[in-house]
Amino acid sequence: MTIRPVGEIVAACEAIFEDLTFAKAREWKAAVPGRKVIGYMPVYVPREIVHAAGMLPLGILGGGADMEVIHGDAYYQSYICRIPRSTIEMAINGKLDFVDGMMFPSICDVIRNLSGIWKLLFKDKYVRYFDAPQNFREEVGGVFYANEMRELRDGLAKLGGRKVSDDDLRRSIVVYNENRRWVNRVYDFRADFPWKAPSAEVYLLMRAGMVLPPEEHTVLMREYLAAAEAANRPMRDNCRVVLTGAFCEQPPLSLIKSLEMSGCYIVDDDLLLVARWLLGDVPTEGDPIENLSRAFLFHSAETAAKYEPDVARKGSYLIDSVRKRKADGVIFAAPSFCDPALLDKPMIISRIEPLGIPYIHIQYAENSSQMQPIREQSGTFADSIKLWSAS
Amino acid sequence: MSGQEVVKSNSQMVQKEMITRNYDRITGGTARVSSTFVPGNLNELLMCFDIANNLPEINAIQNAMRKKSGEMIAEAERSGHSEDVCTYVKADIGMMAKGNIAPNGKPFPDPDVLLLSYTGCFTFMKWFELLREQYKCPTVMLHVPYAADGQPTRNMRDYIVKQLKEDVIPVLETVSGVKFDIDRLREYLRKSAIAENDLVWMLESSKHKPSPVDCYFGGVYYMGPIFTAFRGTDEAIEYYRLLRAEIEERIARGLCAQSPDGDMPEENYRLVVEGPPNWTSFRDFWRMFSEAGAVVVASSYTKVGGVYDYDGFRHDPDHPLETLADYCLGVYTNRNLPTRVDMLARNIVDYDADGLLVNSIKSCNSFSAGQLVMMREIEKITGKPGAFIETDLVDPRYFSAANVKNRLESYFQMIDQKRRAGGSAAASGA
Repeated sequence: MTIRPVGEIVAACEAIFEDLTFAKAREWKAAVPGRKVIGYMPVYVPREIVHAAGMLPLGILGGGADMEVIHGDAYYQSYICRIPRSTIEMAINGKLDFVDGMMFPSICDVIRNLSGIWKLLFKDKYVRYFDAPQNFREEVGGVFYANEMRELRDGLAKLGGRKVSDDDLRRSIVVYNENRRWVNRVYDFRADFPWKAPSAEVYLLMRAGMVLPPEEHTVLMREYLAAAEAANRPMRDNCRVVLTGAFCEQPPLSLIKSLEMSGCYIVDDDLLLVARWLLGDVPTEGDPIENLSRAFLFHSAETAAKYEPDVARKGSYLIDSVRKRKADGVIFAAPSFCDPALLDKPMIISRIEPLGIPYIHIQYAENSSQMQPIREQSGTFADSIKLWSAS
Repeated sequence: MSGQEVVKSNSQMVQKEMITRNYDRITGGTARVSSTFVPGNLNELLMCFDIANNLPEINAIQNAMRKKSGEMIAEAERSGHSEDVCTYVKADIGMMAKGNIAPNGKPFPDPDVLLLSYTGCFTFMKWFELLREQYKCPTVMLHVPYAADGQPTRNMRDYIVKQLKEDVIPVLETVSGVKFDIDRLREYLRKSAIAENDLVWMLESSKHKPSPVDCYFGGVYYMGPIFTAFRGTDEAIEYYRLLRAEIEERIARGLCAQSPDGDMPEENYRLVVEGPPNWTSFRDFWRMFSEAGAVVVASSYTKVGGVYDYDGFRHDPDHPLETLADYCLGVYTNRNLPTRVDMLARNIVDYDADGLLVNSIKSCNSFSAGQLVMMREIEKITGKPGAFIETDLVDPRYFSAANVKNRLESYFQMIDQKRRAGGSAAASGA
């Protein structure tokens, strides 16, 4: 295989990222008559089920830094975060007109109520509020969740006009297992060689996975890893940080770049968590719905949107990540007005402080434009780590 | 304005005594105490274990009405909480930091259990995770799925019942040392249903012209016993009988609704209100309505604990755990936006209201996110004008009296104009 230069791969990803008309997804849909596209919002939906129905799962992550929001502000008060208003803006402006259905995962009251707005405004579309259990016992939350997934499967089957069989699902589980393995390889590679895989590149690569079919995205990640490994890039004297709290509304790309420019290599994050939500392969033998359910219950990421029944384990996901990635510190990056992230933060801080893990907190909106204060803050953080850390 | 003496009815005085009694029980040192939330609360179930019911939203409201919440919120923000997040949570955390004193002046005991009834509000989960840090007591989650398609499904109901059987009841048994008796629960539920019938009668009494009650500002007093610690008791049955008799008398005498200053002399405007009230300037806010002769004939906030008047729900002693599940699933903020629109639009028609006023609360995305769309939909359906004001629950920084008053005056003028243009006649003369 001829390896494209890393810059070329990243440029292709950036073009997908910047294209708010979702041309790639439109092309996929237009290629075969009858194809359907299902949008989904953060944090997690079982994309395997959408894929098994022969549909394209399309990540909808707001309008980003540059999109002007005109209509959206008439739908939301000033004290509500930006992602729903820019998402509505895209829908009203026709950018999502090719999307046949939308899934709204249970993450917060704003995204929950957005599902109702969709029902009111786009009555011809399939709308699914997707509830995940906060009870993690297999015979309680597991039964509920499996039934929710069966309802989703049946709803998509009706929309698509064809049955979604267990074998369809097993095939899709295989596809996403493969995709997730490569996502994790990219994350591992970045943690090992952060100067070779800058976070802005990794982010764009993962964003491409929100639009492309998973098979195509997997190929792209393989290609990127090969190109990034081959590239000769200088190692900087940066500290290593884990970025956390950015699991829903996405920070502007300039923020991710600013953190690295200021001296912080991001060696782990919770951006685009859907791609890494399940922590291992989903078994392909047996009932695929039950397998997806068990993966969610017992082998999934921790975020503020998920209840932690065991108080002793609160924050352990982040602490494990700091240890595994050999991070020097944590940057809490929460969107403004994000109740889950902002209310979770003091609890997580109370876990990392006794361990001597340094941290800072920044707040952003997807369209934040002033990066200088953030650069100064993270630069000072990086300097203080380098000057004062035990190593 | 806020220095004026407040006129209260007999039922309001009784309600106040009941709430005080509950605080005395919570702080008395003899009963086990649970903290739990108002929406879909499981009071009858807690009673089966002799556990007192402490509701942190009510504590925040009490502190706001006593002008104490501002400093509590500031305290929570000093300890690292963001300005952006729910002020009920911060008022609660600030209250703990300032000695955790109940409205009766006695210290709150640490709860024996946190019953995290996760109904209609995502922030509840974070709130009790934060309290769990402080109290280090058993915490039991009851996850109530969102009725996103308008009607709860069998799967949702079964999930809640299973959680009750396998998680909630065993924890309450352990905490209290009392064995669960389903017949005891049935008896409480039977009493709940009796009180609920009179409650619905009260809610619907505002169809009269003039309305004998205000179903928002007055309504929060009337809802107190049913949504806090008294549903399922004889006291609640007595209270709603008393309230009903009081309202029947008001109707017989042709009285307008009561305001903080006594009976309103006239009823000029009939409104439906969406969203919780502001608590830090509650009476000033109320007077902005009553002084203009505006009465609230229906409100979504009087459904925040549970909805009884939309689809006929009453607690059903024959299906004790299932009925608790249905109650949780049916609370207003657990219903999807199209259902909320239908509910409010029906209120406007059935109560012959002049329009919808939205009080959008900064702290409460569960209510607020989507209200602008709801208002436009309801205007379309009813042809009645809507208006939008913004305040907060318990953060005094977000109540701007001049802005709210200006908006209200403009809204009343809009209603007048609509009437002149051939709409409905003045409320009291209709």
